[in-house]
Amino acid sequence: MRLKRRSGAIFALVATAALVASGCSSGGNNSQSSSGLYKNPVTITWWHNANTAGPLKDYWQKVANDFHALHPTVTIKISAIETNDLQRNRIPAALLSGNPPDLFQAWGGGEMVEQVQSGYLKDITADTKTEVASMGPAANIWAVNGKQYGLPYDFGIEGFWYNKDMFTKAGITSKPATLDDLKADIAKLKTAGDTAIAVGAGDKWPAAHFWYNFAVRECSATALSNASTKQDFTDPCFVKAGDDLKSFLATSPFQAKFLATSGQQGASSSAGLLANGKAAMELMGAWDGGTMQGLTPDQKEPTFLDWFPFPSVPGAGGSQNTQMGGGDGFACSKKAPPECVEFLKYIVSPEVEKGFSATGAGVPTVKGAEVGLADPVLQTIAKATQSAGGIQLWLDTAFGAKAGTAMNDAIVAIFANKGTSQGVVDALQKSAGR
Amino acid sequence: MTATQPSVSLADRAPARPAGPRPRVPGRAARTRRKWYEIIGLTGPALLVFTLFVLVPIGFAVYYSLYRWHGYGWPTEFVGLDNYFGPLGAFRDPIFRDGLRNNFIVLVGSLAVQGPLALGIALLLNRRFRGRAVFRLLVFVPYVLAEVTVGIMWQLILQPDSAADSFLRSIGLGGLVTGWLANLNVVLWTMLFVLTWKYTGFALILFLAGLANIPDELTEAAAIDGASWWQIQRHVTIPLLGPTIRIWMFLSMIGSLQLFDIPWVTSQASVRSLGASNTMATYMVEEGFNQRLWSYGNTVAVILFVISFVAALLFQRFVLRRDVDGALTRRAN
Repeated sequence: MRLKRRSGAIFALVATAALVASGCSSGGNNSQSSSGLYKNPVTITWWHNANTAGPLKDYWQKVANDFHALHPTVTIKISAIETNDLQRNRIPAALLSGNPPDLFQAWGGGEMVEQVQSGYLKDITADTKTEVASMGPAANIWAVNGKQYGLPYDFGIEGFWYNKDMFTKAGITSKPATLDDLKADIAKLKTAGDTAIAVGAGDKWPAAHFWYNFAVRECSATALSNASTKQDFTDPCFVKAGDDLKSFLATSPFQAKFLATSGQQGASSSAGLLANGKAAMELMGAWDGGTMQGLTPDQKEPTFLDWFPFPSVPGAGGSQNTQMGGGDGFACSKKAPPECVEFLKYIVSPEVEKGFSATGAGVPTVKGAEVGLADPVLQTIAKATQSAGGIQLWLDTAFGAKAGTAMNDAIVAIFANKGTSQGVVDALQKSAGR
Repeated sequence: MTATQPSVSLADRAPARPAGPRPRVPGRAARTRRKWYEIIGLTGPALLVFTLFVLVPIGFAVYYSLYRWHGYGWPTEFVGLDNYFGPLGAFRDPIFRDGLRNNFIVLVGSLAVQGPLALGIALLLNRRFRGRAVFRLLVFVPYVLAEVTVGIMWQLILQPDSAADSFLRSIGLGGLVTGWLANLNVVLWTMLFVLTWKYTGFALILFLAGLANIPDELTEAAAIDGASWWQIQRHVTIPLLGPTIRIWMFLSMIGSLQLFDIPWVTSQASVRSLGASNTMATYMVEEGFNQRLWSYGNTVAVILFVISFVAALLFQRFVLRRDVDGALTRRAN
């Protein structure tokens, strides 16, 4: 009995020692685990949102091919899916099904918090310290509780893309700095017989972004942060944002029948209207130039484009130089092979990021890659992003899908003249209980 | 009955055959058992598949609908029927009620427009004339096209200042032009138009098949008795086409209640979210998937199922009974 117990103890000791040894070798020694990299053939499934024919779609294919050439054991299988479908339907369903893609589009914010809480994402903190350091604060949007779960390849603020020629024709000489300037310019453009602003209200979010920007102007940073983290929408600034939107809509700045206009698909979309000279402005993120490229007859970004940030709102209580923006990144799902992280690091390496900036599809996140920006409009956006007083992530992304959708629906109701300022706040509060 | 027959014949032949052991006739119990083996053997696989892929999912949908659940882990927060009737429940949401209303408008509209239209064309196409095959094909083509193709095609045609508007202007009806997909009071009727365009061909092909089964002798006899073409259609053809018309009504009704693809593809998300062109099915996907309200989406699915099921049962009971008597209900006499 005594002997038996002793042999048991010895066995336990040996087993523990073996465990400790193996634990050390796999956890502490990175070279061993990375020597396992590229040994066995793996296929990485990659879902990105560059679904329309254009330079970015081609570029991602090239990046995948290049990586495969560098590491022949890694085959990359791409699915290009339209942003909204990807974000709202495909990724959640794939994560839920337990068979997600290895590498997929990630927008950071509240959505990423939900995904991390459900244990869907791979913690890449240890492997990506260099990359994060070279990106600055933008990378924080892809981190949850100090741990990195994804990396952005693109980050920029949104603003009005506009047609310089139409502005000149209407007698507008400078970019509007305040909301009153903007309203005056809208009046001038309408007098000249043009549609002032194209909005893709059919997709809901392009319309909702007007309200977001008014909310950023009206609300303090505390109010916005309470809304994101505590689902507290009681600050009166959110109602004021709706009132601002209503008085803005009263100037009838948009194209006719805008409820049926999509944001990005085809020449009759809001991006298509601006790209083809049928509207003078569009409020859109930094990707708009890339979108417009695919919507013109010659498949080139129009040369008449310029950009200005969302103007200040006189008398509003929030920060007037905080800009709203967001970016695009990728995250690896929890069960993805380690090669996924390596490929992600490759995507945000300065060389690949330089190539990305040359496509004109966005603003690179890695320092030094901005030299690749050929598009003067994107250079303007890059400078404005750097000089912004603060950055607020897109509100629907920051609030999460549940509140985000309810908010967008209520804002679209205002656009359709069927909703109220209070209605947006009510919808947000209601969504918290669902 | 069959059991007595052999014993009678055996008795008749008794003198011809020397006495021997009586041939074994399977007993009633054995035959009943065999019958049950056959029933189980033949229906078992189908029943298993049906249970696994129809009944069990329905059960799960009902189960999920009783919880507040966002799809992460196993549902734990039991809320009873709150998802149905609570303050945030489906029946209190005006957008869901709009979807329900839209479904019924489509249902009534489909029956009222497609049926008579297809019947008229079918009666015309049932006569012999040059180019009949081509004409039949043309009417049937929309039904063969994929729903999404049709949806996108009409979305492009109905864009502002696109094909539809230009056509109306060119024939002097420019005053009618409106936001076919943007005017909240018009969108549903636009959807109904597209659905009519697409599904009339389906009704037509059913009706033509039904007409082919009506013997020529009947119409010839009526013609000899001096009935006009119209009288023959009214009193001979259409009554004999009744079973076909009723089964088409049934399919159209269920299709209308479960309508999803055309409103989803052709009308914009904004218009649907305002209740102008949504259906119960599009609402289910938008709430369930887009808002990640999984249990709520299941609730809507259950409501949709119950409504379709009850409608189907009522239709079977009161309209289809004479057609399916014996096949689905009790034994025919």
